[in-house]
Amino acid sequence: MSIVSRAGAVAMLALVVHAAGFASAQQRAIPADQLRSGITFAGDDVRAMQQDEFANPGMLWVERGAKLWSEPAGRSRTACAGCHGDASLSMRGVAARYPAYDTAARRVVDLPGRIDACRTRHQQAPALAAESDDLLALATFVAHQSRGMPMSVKIDAAARASFDRGRAFYYQRHGQMNMSCAQCHEQSWGRRLLRETLSQGHPTAFPAYRLEWQTLGSLDRRLRACLFGIRAEMPAPGSPQLVDLALFLAWRAEGLPIETPGVRR
Amino acid sequence: MADSRVNVPGKLVRGQPFEVRISIRHAMETGYRMDNAGKSIPRNVIRSFTCRYNGAVVFSARLSSGIAANPYLRFFLTAAESGELEFEWIDDAGVRGSDRVAVAVT
Repeated sequence: MSIVSRAGAVAMLALVVHAAGFASAQQRAIPADQLRSGITFAGDDVRAMQQDEFANPGMLWVERGAKLWSEPAGRSRTACAGCHGDASLSMRGVAARYPAYDTAARRVVDLPGRIDACRTRHQQAPALAAESDDLLALATFVAHQSRGMPMSVKIDAAARASFDRGRAFYYQRHGQMNMSCAQCHEQSWGRRLLRETLSQGHPTAFPAYRLEWQTLGSLDRRLRACLFGIRAEMPAPGSPQLVDLALFLAWRAEGLPIETPGVRR
Repeated sequence: MADSRVNVPGKLVRGQPFEVRISIRHAMETGYRMDNAGKSIPRNVIRSFTCRYNGAVVFSARLSSGIAANPYLRFFLTAAESGELEFEWIDDAGVRGSDRVAVAVT
């Protein structure tokens, strides 16, 4: 085979791969039957804390979120409940679909971002700051309504670009340690890193109560903590890069049940 | 910031012990931490906690900087009369919090 025809064959192959690009994107590095929630890597005490409805400190935020859900806010003097009614019905399954493409914002938004958009668009209230207690409480309350439901984000044409950016970020090496997310959470999960067992890095528990933080925090905060650990630059909470990554992570965890509020070490 | 959750069994038997659980949302700032500018963050923990059963103090605790954030307290009382449990606490900043729950004794 001449060099030219070989190059042609490679180009053909590249074309075929490109045409099947969507299908190959659906190839998961961790097969569905091997997916494990982060809680399965935690100790008995942390697991017991998450399972006990009362001892789980994240439930304090769920309760606060429930209060905020029915409190009128903004110039419209409308509460979330004013439009959405009973959250246990209207919000059931919503968190499983997020991050999702938002037609008004014309980009992919995560759940806290969507809640903030609802506040500014419909309640005509000032946006809540990322990581603020009220936004965390609302996001936790809404996500809690989907507890036990499998993650199932939609990667359609609109969300595609964001998904690709998120995947690229995931496999890109970052920071002084020159590490990618995949090196720990895809290639080495189950192995030890000092005294920690590396998890598969699924976002199903978030917003989650982290004992290290002594408080509840968002997925953004957790991702930033990971980036801090490998001495990489940390995108600001709520920034598009973290939303892209969150979309990829949600797709990666497809089928795992939502645990919000999870408890993690 | 005084959010709390209380849990007691639904039905109590007179003379029998029962479990009371309360968790309080509080940062329990130890006083040993610094902010990003290197300035020390003053201690602010729930200093004292009291539980009254129909007006009489049945349980009290003094908490300190060794207690984790969002303290979760669990203790046992003996069921006497139906009525109310009242919980009260105060932190170093002088902020008071309270909660109450009805108890039904058969």
